[in-house]
Amino acid sequence: MTTLSQTDSLSSGQRWLRALTEKLSGQNLAETFRQLLLPAIGIALFLGFWHLAAPQVQTSLGAFPGPADVLEQSGQLWQEHSNQRDRAAQFVIMQEERNERILAETPDAEVKIRDYPGAPTFIDQIFTSLGTVLAGFVLATLIAVPLGIIIGLNRHFSAAINPLIQIFKPVSPLAWLPLVTMVVSATYVSDDPMFEKSFLTSMITVTLCSLWPTLINTSVGVSAVNPDLLNVSKVLQLSFWTHVRKVVLPSSVPMIFTGLRVSLGIAWMVLIAAEMLAQSPGLGKFVWDEFQNGSSESLSRIMVAVLAIGFIGFLLDRIMLLIQKKVAWNE
Amino acid sequence: MQLRTLAATFLILTAAGSAHADIGPAEKPDLKLGFIKLTDMAPLAIAWEQGFFLDEGLFVELEAQANWKVLLDGVVTGTLDGAHMLAGQPLGATIGYGTQADIITAFSMDLNGNGITVSNDVWEQMRPHIEDGSDGNPAHPISATALKPVIDQYRDKGERFRMGMVFPVSTHNYELRYWLAAGGLNPGYYAPQRGDTSGNIDADVHLSVTPPPQMPATMEAGTIQGYCVGEPWNQQAVFKGIGVPVITDYEIWPNNPEKVFGVTEAWAEQYPNTHLRLLRALIRAAHWLDENDNANREEAVKILSRSSYVGADEEVIANSMTGTFEYEKGDVRKVPDFNVFFRYYATYPYPSDAIWYLSQMRRWGQIAEPKSDDWYMETAAKVYRADIYKEAARTLIEDGTLKAEDFPDLDAENFARPHQGELIDGVAFTPREPNAYIDSFEIGLKGSQTP
Repeated sequence: MTTLSQTDSLSSGQRWLRALTEKLSGQNLAETFRQLLLPAIGIALFLGFWHLAAPQVQTSLGAFPGPADVLEQSGQLWQEHSNQRDRAAQFVIMQEERNERILAETPDAEVKIRDYPGAPTFIDQIFTSLGTVLAGFVLATLIAVPLGIIIGLNRHFSAAINPLIQIFKPVSPLAWLPLVTMVVSATYVSDDPMFEKSFLTSMITVTLCSLWPTLINTSVGVSAVNPDLLNVSKVLQLSFWTHVRKVVLPSSVPMIFTGLRVSLGIAWMVLIAAEMLAQSPGLGKFVWDEFQNGSSESLSRIMVAVLAIGFIGFLLDRIMLLIQKKVAWNE
Repeated sequence: MQLRTLAATFLILTAAGSAHADIGPAEKPDLKLGFIKLTDMAPLAIAWEQGFFLDEGLFVELEAQANWKVLLDGVVTGTLDGAHMLAGQPLGATIGYGTQADIITAFSMDLNGNGITVSNDVWEQMRPHIEDGSDGNPAHPISATALKPVIDQYRDKGERFRMGMVFPVSTHNYELRYWLAAGGLNPGYYAPQRGDTSGNIDADVHLSVTPPPQMPATMEAGTIQGYCVGEPWNQQAVFKGIGVPVITDYEIWPNNPEKVFGVTEAWAEQYPNTHLRLLRALIRAAHWLDENDNANREEAVKILSRSSYVGADEEVIANSMTGTFEYEKGDVRKVPDFNVFFRYYATYPYPSDAIWYLSQMRRWGQIAEPKSDDWYMETAAKVYRADIYKEAARTLIEDGTLKAEDFPDLDAENFARPHQGELIDGVAFTPREPNAYIDSFEIGLKGSQTP
């Protein structure tokens, strides 16, 4: 107890200093070096190989893009994005002036400022994709975790629903997509829709494909709760809700999070494929549009997108891992 | 004389005061319009970039679509307000071939603009059967008879000769079929009455659907040996060195009608002012494209080569848009009317355009039963809404944006498209007697025949 309060009373500066000295101590330094150097060597070798191999692959759109082409195109994509932002800002100013004129003529006229209707840039597409994948993933989690708990708690229910899970789990997003598109078009009818139909289609497809790992892991985690704990719960005659909250959930959290991590990875992969096929806005559409353009820059631009997709997927996984470490007690 | 001019000016002036005000504000100012990556989507891009949409108080978002089916579904389900369409799409949808939906058009987007390309391999085999012109290059137009020996060879080997077109009711399908049939090759019949929509019954050449931007890649992969598509995808084959365009549609039928701007009938009824304002912007854009003898085309090429529009390399798009066409590598010829957007009254939706497409649908069996001449007239009038076009055109004349001579006489009937040349097979197109026209082809369904 005393040691604990001592550590707490250390100022953050001191703590940081201590962490630094620990890092710089001989053994740790070697460890950090190893952690950084080996991946760096791996990446350098890959870039070198890519640089040498790319020009050997000739396509009808020119040689396969090397790292330099890709770097140049990423600069250009960024430039296009900032140009577009400038134009959007001008567009708003133009509207404000226009609205002022209208208001000067007819003071009670209804005016509003609209978003710039220009084509979305690469950066816009990244954010669209991120938004869609998170929405789909959250929806999948909201369905999969409660359902998984029920399956895990009830043997009979589990037996009844298991065949369905086994059949739907391996279905590719591309098979769901036409069905989802038609159902969304038919059922989501409103004069002033809150969401775009294309967003809903991608999101639901992502949900359908990504809920299975969470569902299965939750049910396994719940059914594997230590029998001693279950007995305690029985002896104390805990109500259903208290039982779930105090006994079941805490012990199955690590399993649930492992499932969530796999789900998010799948969600991201599924989304790109769905966007490509359904032509809904996002990175998938960017790739397909560039493929259709067939210009001499198309391949480099697609390669930029490929790297961006990979990098974002990696970041998403790291974020999940961080959250998992915070909430999982057993690691 | 003077008095009459004065009176006329007075009339125009008084009308101008009220005319533009006649169109109220757009009921739906925020619009999303679809297009396919082809140079003939230019009026949409130009109306956007030149601010013609904004002038009408319209905030338009342009969105590239993956293929014609996705685009049509977008318009039918309402995710798109309107789109750049194949002329056959509003007609096909209205008569229920494929997706059934009441789609209308009041704006013809362009004339000509397509070509037929074959792979290098097929071209080499065709070349000995094509006569040389005075300059040593092949004499044009090249007839499909030169393709016949190649197809016979394929048949002897037990292989199918395949060509790509972009959609079952596309201009390209009918143009490719027209060219093949004019050269004595049967492109195959449709039989929707018994569920056969492949269009390959009795075919010498097997046609299949490939989205325009994928044509070069599909031919390179060897899935098809040739294709009919709009620009820039024929010139792309030349630049990539994978194929040779053999004929342009201008040589098949000079000034043939091409894309249209389509919306659903319900949409047009719900938002009449928005529709008129869209048409005004599009007519102005088409006028801009052809203004001063194509003076603006180079600027248009720069705009179209942006990746959010057509996105192909500037030099590829420039070829056809600036009035030249490269056949074999180095064989560059002048085709000044390859892409016509405004002159020859290109934007007017003539009923005869609709009747030609319907006649070809019947010829190849997409319309399974014989129809009366009246049916053709009624369908054309229902889908090709010249009445709406006239209204938009009048306001443009009245407010002085465009001149009366830019349009055909708006008080006349304007039934048949003027400035059209003879079709490649020499068969006269008689839009007033569609059934007689259909019966005059050597290859094709006649009278009450079904395949």
